[in-house]
Amino acid sequence: MAEEMKIADPEKEKRKIKSVKQMKDIMTTYYIDAKTAGQTGKKVAWITSGGPVEPLIVMDVIPVYPENHGAMIGASRMGIGLYEKAESMGYASDLCSYACTDIACATVNGGPIGGLPKPDMLVCCNNICGTVLKWYEIQARYFNVPLFILDTPFCHTRYSPDIQKYVRRQIGEYIHFLEEHCGKPFDYDRMQEVGKLSVTGQRLWQEVLDTTMHRPAPMSAFDAFFHLALIVTLRGTREAVDYYRLLLAEMKQRIADGIGAVPNEKYRLLWDNLPVWYRTKWLSEKFAAHNACLVADTYTSAWCGSLKYVDENNFLETMAECYTRIYLNIGVDEMAKTVMEMVDKYDVDGIVMHSNRSCKPYSLGQYDIQRIVEQQKGIPSLMIEADMTDERKFSESQIETRIDAFMEVLQEKKK
Amino acid sequence: MMSMKNMNKIREAARDPHGYAESYKTRTHKKIVGYFCSYAPEEIIWAAGALPLRIFSRKSGIHLADRHLQSYCCSLVRGALEDALSGALKFLDGVVFPHTCDSIQRLSDIWRLNVPYGFHTDVVLPVKLNTDSAREYMVKVLKAFRVELEQKLDVKITDDALRASMDLYGKLRGLLGRTYEIRSQNPDAISGSDVYSIMKAAIIMDRQELLTLLDEGVKELVEQKKSAGAAVCRKRVVLSGGICDFPDVYPMIEEAGGAVVWDDLCMGTRTFAGDYAAKEDPIEAIAGRYLERIVCPAKHSGLTSRADHLVKMVRERDAQGVIILLLKFCDPHAFDYPYLKNALDKEGVPNMLLEVEDQLPPDGQLRTRFEAFLEMLQRR
Repeated sequence: MAEEMKIADPEKEKRKIKSVKQMKDIMTTYYIDAKTAGQTGKKVAWITSGGPVEPLIVMDVIPVYPENHGAMIGASRMGIGLYEKAESMGYASDLCSYACTDIACATVNGGPIGGLPKPDMLVCCNNICGTVLKWYEIQARYFNVPLFILDTPFCHTRYSPDIQKYVRRQIGEYIHFLEEHCGKPFDYDRMQEVGKLSVTGQRLWQEVLDTTMHRPAPMSAFDAFFHLALIVTLRGTREAVDYYRLLLAEMKQRIADGIGAVPNEKYRLLWDNLPVWYRTKWLSEKFAAHNACLVADTYTSAWCGSLKYVDENNFLETMAECYTRIYLNIGVDEMAKTVMEMVDKYDVDGIVMHSNRSCKPYSLGQYDIQRIVEQQKGIPSLMIEADMTDERKFSESQIETRIDAFMEVLQEKKK
Repeated sequence: MMSMKNMNKIREAARDPHGYAESYKTRTHKKIVGYFCSYAPEEIIWAAGALPLRIFSRKSGIHLADRHLQSYCCSLVRGALEDALSGALKFLDGVVFPHTCDSIQRLSDIWRLNVPYGFHTDVVLPVKLNTDSAREYMVKVLKAFRVELEQKLDVKITDDALRASMDLYGKLRGLLGRTYEIRSQNPDAISGSDVYSIMKAAIIMDRQELLTLLDEGVKELVEQKKSAGAAVCRKRVVLSGGICDFPDVYPMIEEAGGAVVWDDLCMGTRTFAGDYAAKEDPIEAIAGRYLERIVCPAKHSGLTSRADHLVKMVRERDAQGVIILLLKFCDPHAFDYPYLKNALDKEGVPNMLLEVEDQLPPDGQLRTRFEAFLEMLQRR
């Protein structure tokens, strides 16, 4: 690995994505706003990553994402200390590491930003897992604040009118909840605008991700893991739309200039599951050393995967379906179908699956997806056993050996 | 003690559910529908003329399921898939998956895609149970399930059949509750392992047959109580958790001078707790019970309902301590553990955590832990 590090600096500089700085500025401003909400009189809501944020934006409530915080804790490699704290509080060592680090962090104000601002309310949408229900119950008891649960029934094989009606009714309850706890009426006209901004942001994010259809891909999934933050945290705002316009322009320019994320892109791979936050750089370099670029992933695309169900002029009516039929809230066979569509779209040679101990709805079923895709597309895949933030579950030597062996298989296939 | 003949039939069914199911099928030519979790609407299955059978799983020897499920999936889910793939559950005419935890949810998909026999259906009940919209949705899901089951089993499920089924289940639950009351009054009236067998049989056996056996058994218990001498003084314990398919824990606790006098288990009180809603429509009445009954940790009905319920149970049953049983990799229960523990600590109720992987901890070690815990409890 040391040899690859010696690559000439100008070459490396050329590949760096310039928008990164602006993205960091936006996120810094966002966190300062959130942390100082107490002084500015704004309310703060903690919300799950797949939760309906748009009504919060309409009500001028600052949305804060414990999962994004979990990713930051992982990326800054502060997970272990907080995880041990959670264990000392009685949480089993095999529970979701996002939940555990967040639950621990709330009690000590630790982590990279000294803890999240205290919530005035909690909004939990179980479209990503059942864990968030338990997690938000715990935080609602700890902070003694109101909790709204948006219950999105799991769509194993179908989305039904009964589900539509149930979730749509809950969106009404959600608005009522916000009116009650914000002490003001909901502005339906503003909802139209925010809904449009949300859809525009999602479309732009999809366009950004789609630039990797080009060879060489101007960015990789590792870049997407980073740039994802805005579509998660600031979905429905002008900032997110403006930023993704800028990023899209930069990607288009890179395509025009022939700049790829990986210098000699030869193999194109698809990543499945959450990132291994504390090892994104290591993994990115490891694959790049094999001339492999992770051109797409099932994770970051989940924030625009529901565009097919949305009507931007009728956001409130269609959001029930959009929030219910997301990637993790569907059956394994439909997930495999999505993966195969991505394999075709991005012209992928192989799949890298992160079997993530923290995330059962994402990981259980991966073996079946792997088999389905191998059988129907003839594409090999690699399974990496790890965890998104718990470094103790990452075995470098073992994973390195497996990546090398997998790349050999791909080389043989491409000969 | 219940008459040996009755009790032996119950013990045998609990010991070997698959053997029971196969002989039931040969004997009656009736259909058997497997299910997971205490939220499966058993009354509807029974009204369709089929035997609802809760799926318990083998606890070791898992090979076939390793191709589908990672090692960090609980032994219950892995074992059930192993039994399905190996054909050990071939007697099933179908299987019903009520929405519970993330693991069961994925097991449903994997089952649907890989198990070649029997029908498969999901009953995606609401997760939160304390709102009007959830109530409305719950009723619709159960009504849709009724129609689906009619198609899958090619039968008509009439309102009369549903009411008869509800009546049977109502009586059965009443007797299960009676059995618990009798044990709570005198823990030596019936052994913990026999209560375990009865509770397991209640989700496996021909419910009509069990009702008859239990009806006689409870009468005997009541008679015996009248002639019994002073009860042995035992340390009274409540057992809390999901399923407890470990009959050995009961004699161990008893040999250490204690007795389980009540429980908060899904194959315990959650099987018989709760009443039907006073509704004309049988499905609405059934839904009402699920909405009001004490929740499992995979459902939501308020922020402190489980802890409040547990503390109340301890007080009402005059228990001195709580043993919390936790199956490794069971997320909903593991997330609730610190909060339940805190609630008990706050009330001064001693409690111990019993973590179980696929097997119980080694016998000697477990006995020592039970002895130490029971020793700590105050005598009354």
